[in-house]
Amino acid sequence: MAVTTLPWSKDNENAVYRTCPVTSLKVDMVAEKLIIANAVAAVVFIALGGLFALLLALTRWQAIHLLNPVWFYRVLTAHGFDMLVAWMVFFECAGLYFGSTVLLNARQVTPWLAWVAFALMAVGALLVNVIVMLGRADVLFTAYVPLKADPLFYLGVILFAVGALVVLFLFFANLIVAKREKRYEGSIPLVVFGLATATILGIYTLLEGAAAFVPAFLWSVGIIENLDAALYRNLFWGFGHPAQQVNLAAMVSVWYMLGQITVGAVPLNEKFSRVAFVCYLFFINLGSAHHLLVDPGLGFTWKATNTSYAMYLAVLGSLIHAFSIPAAVEVALRRQGHKRGLLEWLRKAPWGEPGFSTLVISMVLFGWIGGVTGVTIGTEQINMVAHNTLRLPGHFHATVVAGTTLAFMGLTYYVIPLIFRRELVLKSWAKWQPYVFGFGMLFVSIGMIASGLQGVPRRHWDITFVSATAVPGTVNLTLAVMGIGALIAVTGGIMYLTVVLGSVLFGAKREAHRLTLVSGDENPLVNLAKPLTASDEHRFQPKGTFAIVIAFLMFFAAYYFSNWWLLGRTWIVK
Amino acid sequence: MLTPEKMWWKPLGRLEKNWLLIAFIWCIALTAMMPIWFFFGRQNVPATTFRTNPEQFKSKVEAFVAQYQVGEETVNGVQVPVVAPPAGDVFMWARQWQWYPILQLQKGETYRVHVSSLDVQHGFSIQPVNLNFQILPGYDYVITLTPTTSGEFTLVCNEYCLIGHHTMVGRILVTDN
Repeated sequence: MAVTTLPWSKDNENAVYRTCPVTSLKVDMVAEKLIIANAVAAVVFIALGGLFALLLALTRWQAIHLLNPVWFYRVLTAHGFDMLVAWMVFFECAGLYFGSTVLLNARQVTPWLAWVAFALMAVGALLVNVIVMLGRADVLFTAYVPLKADPLFYLGVILFAVGALVVLFLFFANLIVAKREKRYEGSIPLVVFGLATATILGIYTLLEGAAAFVPAFLWSVGIIENLDAALYRNLFWGFGHPAQQVNLAAMVSVWYMLGQITVGAVPLNEKFSRVAFVCYLFFINLGSAHHLLVDPGLGFTWKATNTSYAMYLAVLGSLIHAFSIPAAVEVALRRQGHKRGLLEWLRKAPWGEPGFSTLVISMVLFGWIGGVTGVTIGTEQINMVAHNTLRLPGHFHATVVAGTTLAFMGLTYYVIPLIFRRELVLKSWAKWQPYVFGFGMLFVSIGMIASGLQGVPRRHWDITFVSATAVPGTVNLTLAVMGIGALIAVTGGIMYLTVVLGSVLFGAKREAHRLTLVSGDENPLVNLAKPLTASDEHRFQPKGTFAIVIAFLMFFAAYYFSNWWLLGRTWIVK
Repeated sequence: MLTPEKMWWKPLGRLEKNWLLIAFIWCIALTAMMPIWFFFGRQNVPATTFRTNPEQFKSKVEAFVAQYQVGEETVNGVQVPVVAPPAGDVFMWARQWQWYPILQLQKGETYRVHVSSLDVQHGFSIQPVNLNFQILPGYDYVITLTPTTSGEFTLVCNEYCLIGHHTMVGRILVTDN
């Protein structure tokens, strides 16, 4: 069967391109506008969510206790949606347009549909915020049935999800068209492969989201009379948990990207890294069970099988990336001559380059704190001493905020010169920002985890009201650690917003002439990121990385087994 | 970000292979710990659950309280009965914003604590023991508990249940034999 003319054939092509002077990549001007629109929306929502974060932290910090309970729970609802959904997904959409067009020299298909998707998402997100602020949906992010919100709240979430789903399908449409039009040779780049993983995860995540929110919407308008609380939880977490794995896959892709931009790191073994992404694809959605481990009605076998991602194969994926990304960075730096001992490459790394410091801080906080605590509290029995305590927000603020958000922030600094085509202003702020934000989030997470270990519940306005025997007085200290950390992190957030808004509004309009912002005159991606030869592989072994990951595993094991010890000390229960 | 070489399906390097092996062994250890603890550990997640509904469960709790009530205490300005049951079945409801009744248990005895919600979802959190369970309307969750320490314990609600959520506290008193 000969298919010679396709609706998207080159003859019908009317896309307008510019050529990036740094990378020589072709940029479809429509895709560029879509990237800008989505990135701007993302930044608007992180600003809003960040303001809410400050208010919440200043309330849970008992010494200040700022908001009243009504506004605490209201702001908490909006904070969850704006950060976990709006900021993340808008940024990821920008990333998906970038990955499926610019990185492949390809064009954006059906631009009108992409704009419709953007409008749906924007309207949905605004609707949710308005309804929550009006006090008609004080149900928190999870909206657990039978807590009932205004139907418009569910509708807002559904509109946003439909828009996002369209973007995901457009990503694949772009990929297919790029392949047919032969815009690139051979396999897609690893970064695009990672984004494709995120997209596949995203599609079934959003379908499960529909399975949770559509019945909830029908229930809120009275069409469905009863909605089972346990069933809703199962469906909701089929959406809520994998949604974070979309962020994970997107973040790991950004890590590979930052490694290439800042030091010219090339993946040492494409197979190794790609198989790790495939592990996410097959196993990570089982992790939805982490939220149902102490729910009634489910047995050990179901809980243990799902919580372990079928033998922790999704964790294996992350452990592979935990090795392969720093190893790629190490080998790149060793090739540049920093090859003495185990760790000279680390000392000589470009620590002033925001993309590099972002990569390191994001990986360390995500892995050492977020990953380790996540696997531990997601263990079936250990969950009994962790469920719904502040240890949970402590875990996911390390993953989603210190990990993903920081990675996205770091990438923004490179998007501005390349896509917005504005000179970055306040470069010295950009240089320090990842450190300030990371340092703050470290304290936030540790403060939360330490409070949770002492029994402090999450989503709770005032724990001192509870009788004196409930939690020890030391929680005042650990909550203060969280509060002070939040102040530092918010400072980092303000620095980010200042640099981004300052650059977009007032930065000099010009074409970028190099990729790195601070360090050197070279373009590592263009000049250094060359495939490894066989002799390179022999000469430059990532020995330092191997030592680091072994240390990581020992830390992991120590935390993990100390939690079993902790569990063994409580009352007998079965 | 760059298109890989044509043939990228290559064997792993030495360190990659070693790390993969170590990581995989760790994953097996993580998996194995759960069944090991299931058979040998003393703290396992309760699984016994019965279907119920708020009316039916409420009357069960009321009958239970009538049978074993030994006193009354004020919690948040409301009189809540104190109940001292023998080892065996114990019933408690969660509702906005109250745990009912107050339990007086004996250290070392085993109780089958039935908990269900009369309205929205709640979180059953015994402090400072720090044992936490999810409580849902329509499900009678049977938590088989053996207190191993004595004293006064607080029941906190750790699932958001609307505006009075943080006021929802209950008590468990454990006496020595």
